[in-house]
Amino acid sequence: MLMTYFTEQPMSTYPEDKGLEHRYTVLTFSNRHFDPVSGSRLYNEYLSQYRLAEAVGFDAIMLNEHHNAPFCMQSRITVWAAALAAATTRVKIVTLGIPLPLYDAPLAIAEEFAMIDMLSRGRLVPGIVRGGGTEQFAHNANPAYNRERLEEAHELILKTWTTPGPFRWEGDHFHYRVVNPWAVPLQKPHPRIFVPGISSHETITWAAERRYPYVGLLTTAKVQARIAEIYGQAARRVGYVPGPENFGQLLRVHVQDSAGDAERLAREFTWMQGEFSGLAHPVWSQPSGYLAPERRKAVVEVVNSRVAAPGAITSLERGKATADEAFRAQVEGLQIIHGTPSQVIDKLKQVLSVTRPGVFCAWCADGKMPYEPVNRCIELMGREVLPALREFAAKEGIRSPFEANAPVSTAYSTDLKPSALA
Amino acid sequence: MAAEVVRSGTLPVAGLGLAYRRGGSGPPLVLLHNDIGTPDALPFYDLLARRHDLIVLDLPGFGGSQRADWARNVRDLAAVVGLAIDALGLARPGLVGLGFGGWLAAELASFGAGRFASLTLVGPMGIKPEQGEIADQFLLSHEAYVKLGFQDETRYAAVFGDPAPIEQLLRWDTHREATMRVAWKPYMFNRALPALLASVPTPTLVVRGEADRIVPADCARRYAAALPAARLEVVAAAGHRVEMEAPDRLAALVAGHAGAA
Repeated sequence: MLMTYFTEQPMSTYPEDKGLEHRYTVLTFSNRHFDPVSGSRLYNEYLSQYRLAEAVGFDAIMLNEHHNAPFCMQSRITVWAAALAAATTRVKIVTLGIPLPLYDAPLAIAEEFAMIDMLSRGRLVPGIVRGGGTEQFAHNANPAYNRERLEEAHELILKTWTTPGPFRWEGDHFHYRVVNPWAVPLQKPHPRIFVPGISSHETITWAAERRYPYVGLLTTAKVQARIAEIYGQAARRVGYVPGPENFGQLLRVHVQDSAGDAERLAREFTWMQGEFSGLAHPVWSQPSGYLAPERRKAVVEVVNSRVAAPGAITSLERGKATADEAFRAQVEGLQIIHGTPSQVIDKLKQVLSVTRPGVFCAWCADGKMPYEPVNRCIELMGREVLPALREFAAKEGIRSPFEANAPVSTAYSTDLKPSALA
Repeated sequence: MAAEVVRSGTLPVAGLGLAYRRGGSGPPLVLLHNDIGTPDALPFYDLLARRHDLIVLDLPGFGGSQRADWARNVRDLAAVVGLAIDALGLARPGLVGLGFGGWLAAELASFGAGRFASLTLVGPMGIKPEQGEIADQFLLSHEAYVKLGFQDETRYAAVFGDPAPIEQLLRWDTHREATMRVAWKPYMFNRALPALLASVPTPTLVVRGEADRIVPADCARRYAAALPAARLEVVAAAGHRVEMEAPDRLAALVAGHAGAA
């Protein structure tokens, strides 16, 4: 099991009251409220915590990318991946993920990733995503072509990594006279690609058809089961039976010496009024054309307030009440796990014995958790939780794609048996 | 004598089926709807049909017309509309465009001088305003955007119902996606258009609803300045959707302009 450390990198010093006054804490919430002095301090604290995570025994560090919002300070995932390539020596650097459709320059992304893979001596795991609806606005990428752009950019990057140049690329969305970057990945045939998501049917199927591990983000065991079912159907069509090496799960985990401290700090996981990624207007979260046509009815209902949508939170009081509800629901759903090391180990085993992910991502820090207690959380994870999970995973036969030496994709698989499994 | 404007068929154009409504008699007049699509019937259409053979074409991806998946800009859509007009066998019809349809009409007029007897552009998008910005529908809910087109929102309720039925929301979303595919960036203008319009001699009436909150006044001024044979009329007490808020006055303006051509 790939033990992975994650934090969203919250911009924790933003004025919460101003966010609520504006009603939305993404996209249009003014960056006049971004304080670069605390931004600089926080970036360096997060960097030192990544190093600590490596020192205490995590196998990997997961990064993320979001725009225009205080819930996540990682505006460019490749900048952080490059920083970690230089600042760490052992951990895998897992980008979950780079929102490929946002950028008109997929070749530049192929180059950046290749550089990071070489600089890190082959530790890059380039995960890719569509990007949330709101992100399409932040970088002005046409939502109606989001999936097409993801697929074409992915295809171009993969070809760039596996086919000697020069070659020409004349696609629907991207065009290059000469593709011939003098930077190619160290890992062969190419770095493992992961796909994170919150359980979109299309994306799970897309990942399964390529044999890319799918990492469920803050999923319940029930949602992981649904993911496994959809993934499994597509995998069997292609000709393989997926195992733990094809799945990942991100959970919020906070451990302290005392259960009381752990709970108090874990409440910071729902600091954004319980919203995963801040308060967004539903129009921005679900622009027309971004979701499959069969979702159109659900989209227009939420966009035009026929059904309840986030964004109705206009007071600190209401925000706190919503956050509290979300906290209790996520603790109950075992999406937030908090406590002393032994409590956390028990609960994690309870979830992971059911979901059996080869990639386990522990989202340890969020919101306004102070620096020192987060360090303590990371130390306790390394000293007590990870060894117990390692033993558990070995006994349960839950192996990461690296441990299983799984093929990086269907294109590099020699064991496909489509007819036998159809 | 009231003439009914009714669904009349589907034109095979550029591999697509394009739906249209037709009614009335007189000189042919083709109408291009705006970015929210069009209701099946409007008093405005009936008024136009009293003097014209009126054809209301569903733009590709709107109403009953198939979407041109390969179209990437408004000129692509304009080319399809031009071919549809050819397929109808209309000789020098008048062309009326509402809002987004006005932009499309201007693009189409710039494909070749003399193709249309007259041009009426009502609150047209398509030229970048130097003052103000074209309201961005993609940042608003469907309802909020459609309401923004009215000076008086009670008129919105009369046309669409308030709240509008889910089926209407679904149509608006389909139309929004069709618009997004061709006009996301730059939003609602073509920087080449003013230069091209300088060589379009078609007699043109530019109409602006005085209380238009979607397209700034500067756009209408720039259209009137770019086209050599254009004049500008402002309709009081109407927003962007002049055809819904002031059908009589707009129909009278069109009659005076297209009828005279």
